[in-house]
Amino acid sequence: MTLATLPTRRDEAWRYADMDGLARLGVAALDQWQTIDVAAGESVTRCLVVGSSAPELHRFRVQLGEGARAAFFVTNAGGDYTRVEVEVRLARGAHFEFGGVTIGGAGVTREFVTQVVHAEPEATSNQTVRAVHWAGATGNFLGEIKVARHAQKTDAAQDFKGLLLEAGASANAVPQLEIFADDVKCAHGATVGELDEAARFYMMARGVDPATAQRLLVQAFIGDAFVALENEAEREALLDAALAALEGAGL
Amino acid sequence: MLIIDNLHASVGDKPILKGLTLSVPAGEIHAIMGPNGAGKSTLSNVLGGKPGYEVTEGSVTFRGEDLLALEPHERAAKGLFLGFQYPVEIPGVSNVQFLREALNAQRKARGEEPLSGGEFLKLAKDKAGLLKMDMDMLKRQVNVGFSGGEKKRAEMVQMGILDPAFAVLDETDSGLDIDALRIVGAGINAIMRSPDKAVLLITHYQRLLDVVKPDKVSILAGGRIVETGGPELALRLEAEGYDAVMA
Repeated sequence: MTLATLPTRRDEAWRYADMDGLARLGVAALDQWQTIDVAAGESVTRCLVVGSSAPELHRFRVQLGEGARAAFFVTNAGGDYTRVEVEVRLARGAHFEFGGVTIGGAGVTREFVTQVVHAEPEATSNQTVRAVHWAGATGNFLGEIKVARHAQKTDAAQDFKGLLLEAGASANAVPQLEIFADDVKCAHGATVGELDEAARFYMMARGVDPATAQRLLVQAFIGDAFVALENEAEREALLDAALAALEGAGL
Repeated sequence: MLIIDNLHASVGDKPILKGLTLSVPAGEIHAIMGPNGAGKSTLSNVLGGKPGYEVTEGSVTFRGEDLLALEPHERAAKGLFLGFQYPVEIPGVSNVQFLREALNAQRKARGEEPLSGGEFLKLAKDKAGLLKMDMDMLKRQVNVGFSGGEKKRAEMVQMGILDPAFAVLDETDSGLDIDALRIVGAGINAIMRSPDKAVLLITHYQRLLDVVKPDKVSILAGGRIVETGGPELALRLEAEGYDAVMA
């Protein structure tokens, strides 16, 4: 199916999107879904560093069989509008893990949009998103969790934290929970704050220069998103990509 | 080593230090005692360069340089160490990582070579041992989950690793039980008792001064030094109280 027109901001999933960036991508980009089917008992891990000087849209459709597992870890540090979408359907006992970081300035919008469908009982999902922005930039996490009527013992968690290094940057979290089963655990939390000045002064009092103090604090902040990634080299690569984007931030 | 001359400082619009003059030469451990609200913590924060403290008059000269013109990290690189009354927790950053960054940043600022991971760990282990602190604790996040006493011991391990020329210790004895007080006091002596180092020891109680024997004791009240004497002054304060001694 080809969409004849671009979505608008009235569409819930595009509420905070950069419509100008989307227009520059063009309608055709909307059709490019990558599909991933994970067979029962199998496991898939994807680590992605996305973003360039042009707008980007990455769309994933994931089907998880019984007891299957998919993990996505993403550093979204685009220099232009960059959006990563993941739609997941979980069969019985499956697990979906998502760790994402949006980081950057330059007035750019970077976002994650997930739709996690717990279609069968006893599936679990965990999503951790951290957003670090400055210079008028925006970070978004739109996370939809759907629990089907018979999907009892679902355990779904969603956690978003935004860190704004300057006034004028923004972070938006839109948790959307649609729960039709009654024996489920669905947790979500969202906070937005500034750099811990007490911690920064403490570090400086020990000789750490302001840029390094900021880097250490940001590294600690975004680290949560990748703790579930066991491969240390991949974790380092994602963190390094995020911290490289921090170089352009003011202090 | 440290010369404070007629220092006036405010927090917000409120003047706290009102003409504080004090000189601490190398080789001296100088205790500052004083009633609550006298300006003891303000003094240590002004010396450390904490944001929010405005110096309105006077000067501070540290090893011949204008201390107040320097950023906090530059002060540290020049050899100033500020022991916090309330050490800050930094989730997600380990003590080892933090202190290695700090030490190497200081070394870089002084034009010295950075320490390798191995060299740093050896140094850290050495200093942790001095404070009877387990290396496992140093691998944990900075001050996260540490008890009050552990935080103060960790401060002294940091001081040992950074090896400053001058330490301002703000109520390092608060929150310590008797054994921890002895360990911390012995640590201060081991790290800072030296002819080319000096300490400004801010405290409420004589008990720390039983372990870390001060060369001089000053009373800070109303934002100024109102009296300076030898160790006997602290004993008199302990016996008679501020009101009687200052009357």
